[in-house]
Amino acid sequence: MKRFFLAALAFLTLTLLLTGCKKETASDDKIKIGLNFELSGDVAQYGIAEAEGAELAIEQANASGNFDKEIVAIKYDNAYNAAETSAIITRLATEDKVSGVIGPAVSGMAMAQYQAGNQYGVVMISPSATADAATLDANGNAYDFAFRACFIDSYQGAAAANFVARDMEKLKAVVIYDSGSDYAIGLYNTFSEKFTALGGTIVAAEAYIDSDTDFSAILTKINGEDFDVIYIPGYYNQAGLIIKQARELGIMVPIVGPDGFDSPTLVDLAGASNLNDVYFTTAYSNLSTDPDQAAFIEAYKAKYGKEPNMFAALGYDATNLLLAAIQQAGSSDPAAVQQALLNISGFKGVTGTITFDEYHNPIKPVLMVKLVNGEQAESIEVQP
Amino acid sequence: MKRWLTLPTLCWCVFAIGLYGLLQLLIEIGVISVVWQITLANIGINVILAVSLNLILGISGQFSLGHAAFMGIGAYAGGIVLKMLPGYTGMLLGALAGLLISALAALVIAVPTLRLRGDYLAIATLGFGEIIRIIINNMKITNGAAGLSNIPAVANLTVIYFTIVLTLIIVCNFKNSAPGRACISIKEDEIASEAMGIPTTRYKVIAFVLGAMLASLAGVLYASSFYVIKPTYFAFAQSINILVIVVFGGMGSMTGSVVAALVLGVINYLLQSLPNERMIVYAVAIILIMVFRPKGLMGNFELSFARLKSLQDIKALPALWKDKILAVLARLKNKRQKEDA
Repeated sequence: MKRFFLAALAFLTLTLLLTGCKKETASDDKIKIGLNFELSGDVAQYGIAEAEGAELAIEQANASGNFDKEIVAIKYDNAYNAAETSAIITRLATEDKVSGVIGPAVSGMAMAQYQAGNQYGVVMISPSATADAATLDANGNAYDFAFRACFIDSYQGAAAANFVARDMEKLKAVVIYDSGSDYAIGLYNTFSEKFTALGGTIVAAEAYIDSDTDFSAILTKINGEDFDVIYIPGYYNQAGLIIKQARELGIMVPIVGPDGFDSPTLVDLAGASNLNDVYFTTAYSNLSTDPDQAAFIEAYKAKYGKEPNMFAALGYDATNLLLAAIQQAGSSDPAAVQQALLNISGFKGVTGTITFDEYHNPIKPVLMVKLVNGEQAESIEVQP
Repeated sequence: MKRWLTLPTLCWCVFAIGLYGLLQLLIEIGVISVVWQITLANIGINVILAVSLNLILGISGQFSLGHAAFMGIGAYAGGIVLKMLPGYTGMLLGALAGLLISALAALVIAVPTLRLRGDYLAIATLGFGEIIRIIINNMKITNGAAGLSNIPAVANLTVIYFTIVLTLIIVCNFKNSAPGRACISIKEDEIASEAMGIPTTRYKVIAFVLGAMLASLAGVLYASSFYVIKPTYFAFAQSINILVIVVFGGMGSMTGSVVAALVLGVINYLLQSLPNERMIVYAVAIILIMVFRPKGLMGNFELSFARLKSLQDIKALPALWKDKILAVLARLKNKRQKEDA
């Protein structure tokens, strides 16, 4: 019994020490920005990358001297849990009294946050909540304070269809999609809609689930069909295996995917030699020769010792959008920041130029990246 | 009627209403902020989940790994009805639908699988949980993998608080009833209780269905508190989270489930700003408990007013506690003297 109390005491002290040392002192001479991200749980890799991008942006803004007050980030982990997301946005808005919130990374969390946070009147920008309806309330209007820095799924699906039908001139497509992912289903729907409108036909649509590792049944089945391109809306972990198994079966047609392909793991899974004639749509590519982007890549590498990915770039852009709005508003009052954000036009970020439409979705270019031997060889802008 | 109006029952009523009053007072004067209200709502939902799983696991000894699925059924029933009919009526109808569907689903799974024991049952319920999730994932009305969003938030702390009270009344009374005793005997020794003439499968099914229905209530509250539900929220990991609370608090102790949900909820809140340390501290907390208190925080302890027979007993309580504390202190002192010597 005594030992137990000692252990419990030690544990409590440890917890308090850990939480104590991070306590921010409340003061008005700082601009506070809330970061609400999935830093643990299933999708932590996106949340962590975006938080890194956001923190880099804040560090640079502090160093730039453009702000007379110090900017501080208050970061919380929502653990990919809607209940915690609601609690965190409330905490940021009512206790920390932040000027704006960046995050979360995935659409489900963003929806929970937008609905909870809108009533507190605090600006929220999600770097990568791509679901079409994420910023919309039950009546289909955008929440006043909900924004995002990424293009929406239907935009990306349509851009892929446009690229396949117009640029590649392939009109017979097979779609292999993840039936358990809203992201994949959304992309599949918009792709097929646009593709058929452009005169293409979907020869076959095959579904898999995210725990599948053997796709030979699907691939053997489609091998008998007459098609000239495969579209795989889904994430790299299955797409990598599908590409590998397809190429090994001798299916050499071009393969097109969404930004879910954008991971080094794709190369590990598919094998570099199988990644030829593979394309994917994305918001960001390290290939660009744009000087601003080069500076971002340089700074990111210096701070974190690795190349930034799309999520880091989106987190960086979302934060810079918020900072630009704060600067334009000349105040860190959330209502003023929201107005400034609505008026922003032609904001130049590393993922393209951003202007918000009436649904608070950014109008920005989609990049189509071509892989050659697993390396990103070229990227071109495509229209949805 | 007379049997119900006993002193312990009265004490519980006073306790429950008093605690509610205290909660409201603290909210009113601003001690419990909006953030804590949301955190408490989440903790409350976890309490209901843990108590309902404790009924299956702690009282009748059946190892179920599919508890989140019943929560999911409730959440979706509540979410769908609420979206059509915002307000308390919608929540009530949703809760009824959730209770009905989860009872049916629990019956369907319970009758064949509760003949299994131990590991086999765990695997069967695990599989069942996945089936429910995949069905939800593929239905039109549930909006598939994207889940439901923009669910009106009608649940508040009051609703959650009284659902907890209701759950505790049901489960604690069940524990002390004849079927409850039968369930405990099944947990202790299934063969022996069968030999005593207890229809084991029947009582296991009763406990399982009751637990499932209460979990669906928690699901309804979740959907009407946190705006968004997705099939992935009700996967295996959520079942494990509930299981952790039950084991942490002590299997069979409802007091333990309540305390554990509170403790884990508060630890979780404190660690929100420390993502890296979060998993470690949370895990270390659980390991520490399991090392030093293998039976959970509370073991078999149950907060109870049952020993109070008359008003005199209440008056005598302070003296009794004083004696107890003195006895413990004396024992500690003795022990130290022995160690010194």
